[in-house]
Amino acid sequence: MAVLIVNGTREEFDVDPSTPLLWVLREKLALTGTKFGCGIAQCGACTVHVDGNPIRSCNTPFSAVQGKEITTIEGLAPSSEELHPLQSAWIEHQVPQCGYCQSGQLMSAAALLASNPNPDDAAIDSAMRGNICRCGMYGRIRQAIKTSATYYEVASTSELTATAQEVSGE
Amino acid sequence: MNKFTRRAFLSTGIIAGTGLVIGVSIRPGNRAQGLQELMAGEDETLVHAYIKIGADNVVTAIIPHSEMGQGIQTSLAQMVADELDADWDLVRAEEAPALDEYANYAVGKGFLIPGAKFPDIIVPSVDGALMQIADVLNVQVTGGSGSIRFTGELGSRIAGAATRQLLVQAAAQEWQVPESEIETEKSHLIHRASSRKEPYAAFAVAASALTPSYTPQLKRQDQFKIMGQQVQRFDIPAKVDGTAKFALDVRLPGMLYATVTRSPVFGGSLIATKDEAARAISGVIDVYELPPMESNDMIGAFAAGESVAVLAEGYWPAIQGLKALDIEWDTRGNETVTSDKIFAQFDADISAAQNRETDSLFGDADDVFSTAANIISADYRVPFLAHTCMEPLNATAEVKDGRCEIWIGCQNPLGFRQAVANALGIDAENVTLHNQFMGGGFGRKARPDYAIQAALIAQRAGRPVQLIWSREEDVRQDFYRPAVQSRFRAALDNDGNPIAWENTYVDKHEPIEAPLIPYAIAAQNIGHVASPTHVPFGAWRSVDHSQHGFFTESFIDEIAVAAGKDPYEYRAGLLGNHPRHLAVLEKVAEQAQWSRPLAQGRGRGISVQESFGTVVAQVVEVTIVDGELSVDRVVAVIDAGFAISPDGITAQVESAIIYGLTAALHGEITIENGAVAQSNFHDYEAVRMDTAPKIETHIINSGHAIGGAGEPGTPGIAPALANAVFDATGIRVRNLPLNQFNLRFGVEDAGVVG
Repeated sequence: MAVLIVNGTREEFDVDPSTPLLWVLREKLALTGTKFGCGIAQCGACTVHVDGNPIRSCNTPFSAVQGKEITTIEGLAPSSEELHPLQSAWIEHQVPQCGYCQSGQLMSAAALLASNPNPDDAAIDSAMRGNICRCGMYGRIRQAIKTSATYYEVASTSELTATAQEVSGE
Repeated sequence: MNKFTRRAFLSTGIIAGTGLVIGVSIRPGNRAQGLQELMAGEDETLVHAYIKIGADNVVTAIIPHSEMGQGIQTSLAQMVADELDADWDLVRAEEAPALDEYANYAVGKGFLIPGAKFPDIIVPSVDGALMQIADVLNVQVTGGSGSIRFTGELGSRIAGAATRQLLVQAAAQEWQVPESEIETEKSHLIHRASSRKEPYAAFAVAASALTPSYTPQLKRQDQFKIMGQQVQRFDIPAKVDGTAKFALDVRLPGMLYATVTRSPVFGGSLIATKDEAARAISGVIDVYELPPMESNDMIGAFAAGESVAVLAEGYWPAIQGLKALDIEWDTRGNETVTSDKIFAQFDADISAAQNRETDSLFGDADDVFSTAANIISADYRVPFLAHTCMEPLNATAEVKDGRCEIWIGCQNPLGFRQAVANALGIDAENVTLHNQFMGGGFGRKARPDYAIQAALIAQRAGRPVQLIWSREEDVRQDFYRPAVQSRFRAALDNDGNPIAWENTYVDKHEPIEAPLIPYAIAAQNIGHVASPTHVPFGAWRSVDHSQHGFFTESFIDEIAVAAGKDPYEYRAGLLGNHPRHLAVLEKVAEQAQWSRPLAQGRGRGISVQESFGTVVAQVVEVTIVDGELSVDRVVAVIDAGFAISPDGITAQVESAIIYGLTAALHGEITIENGAVAQSNFHDYEAVRMDTAPKIETHIINSGHAIGGAGEPGTPGIAPALANAVFDATGIRVRNLPLNQFNLRFGVEDAGVVG
């Protein structure tokens, strides 16, 4: 029996260990937010996080990630009541057109912001060039990442304040 | 290939005579009653075929178009809601089902009779006749940049206004007051004299029993409250959290998976399949040989040979199984065809000019050329292109008890339903098609080959099956944008003014006007010769405009340079008869600061192109350092008459530019040994984040008849880019894609053909 921890939930199932993670997510777990685009790690539509790092699930054999923590688009938002700052920025900038690549775009962008909360254009280019959008919404994606970075600044400031208050017992 | 095009259709004469149109006139009446049961949920009333009103006063606009990224559900809902005086906060949208009643006859009307004007008195008759024709032809197409200008202008607005009238009529009867005293505002009916105010919901049932007008009074532009406003698209929230349902996301109990392949050499037929190795793979269930396919519907006509399918417990074993197949194809002599041979054939056919047909002929160009001192000649060409929608082709089907249910993303649900029915040998009424969000369409998803395959596989499997094409199959079994070659000559007078323009190109498709030019040149001879290939072709975002826009807007630039004139001013000087083009061109020059000097190694180019009733001008700025091309900035101006959804138009222009830029920089499908040489994004590249230019879009609301928005941004990017490359380097690019050229040396022309 194979084991995965997906979006915080432990999942067990039978699968040929050579099966790429993408098809396990989509067919075994019905997590269809992660998309199939090329099958050879060229388009980024299948991007998920493994232990926080963005990977292309279409050519990552399931056996390579067994037991690791997987986050998919379905697990990006902190709760069902709340969007991830990137998701809010995506709506604010009306980023998606057909929307098919956007799960992968968001997962790549989330990994970028987690390691670099205030990315410049070069950092955005480097982190996002693996994700193709045939609707060509690159300009909006770039703007939305920058907008989201400002949310992060606000959020981290208020977190710091909250922490300080806790420490001081207020 | 059985090609049933708009031109073929017109030539059949079905609607060629107005007498016939009037003769078959039928006023459809209120179709809502028959649809009520199908369309309306609990506490909902279908007041008009296009409009539901709920007990909670929510208005649902029914949209007879597919969503492939263009935001059409929101834009058409704006048109319904504005004419209805609806409260936008309580407006929703829902895609129409694939039922005859939702054939989008208005698109048929615009598509079949472009620009046709009918006397008001026969408009209902024309509409009635076209509705019948649309039914017969199963037109429910999303394409031709037609949703807003045809369905919206001729359908959604009329539905909204007519429904508003019905509600007023119903309230007037109930309140016993004249209709003229009733006002409507934010989904409420108001009679001020008696201080009465009721929500639309209160009269929805009564209104649904009345017959809607075909010719209600529509609003003037200055009365619009929702059209032209910035609204949020309905579909976006579901597209940021993974919940948006594409066809690939359909999950049915007991569902199996399949993948397919056809002869890599187009036109090939199946001799034999050795499948022992495939069947030995764990998870593979069966291997099927599927018969040849064809469809002759008006939009998606095609023919294709046999397919071989692998049925499995998942896509992974299915694709492993497919790779393990040993299939023998009869390639019928096409195995020797190459791109080089195809272009040599084009070249020879243009030179021979046998049976040349003219698109536009006036003045005596031959006479001018025989005496002109300054003649400019050039050949241009572009390669075949694939669509590469982000979502590979797929469909999920279940066939049992003489019925088929199919889940798919497609651009013509009614046409697909009929094609599936034909393939299964059942009536269309026994096929239920559930259209899903499309992960891109661009014209590819108007051809129903993948729907037919899914239905045939599911029929044999006896269980629900999701058919998924590999990306490799998607690239190699497309209906490609045709490769085209075009041969130009222009004659200039002593002042550098053009006095004759001649263009002969291969293979005319759609639309008729694509190779025509707006410039005032007294003698013109534009025509084409046939030069068929074995490569299947289809509509590709902006169809023939994408090839001819590149050709004509590059060649006019060459002429301007030969005349020693500024390319912008030269164009402007020839647009006296086209003030709309001129206004768009002037605005783009102004916004791009056309006359601002650029540094060494930088260049800018310009283009202006009309397509689908919309005029777009673009200025592109590039930097070329050590032969490395960077596209820095694109300034675009669009005049679509009136922007129903300004941010929607802006997004479409951005999208159309990147789509066209991908083609201009990278796009090339080459034929080797009769088959496509490319297979996936590693050898069929796309513009990505790091190479995408900054795009600035400006909208002109000129008040002209509303034009299309999805495609008109595409044709102008390639010529503006090539013109910018010339400006920077002196290299004139006459063949695409650009990435095949060494831009380091500005000493010789790129892409001299023949």
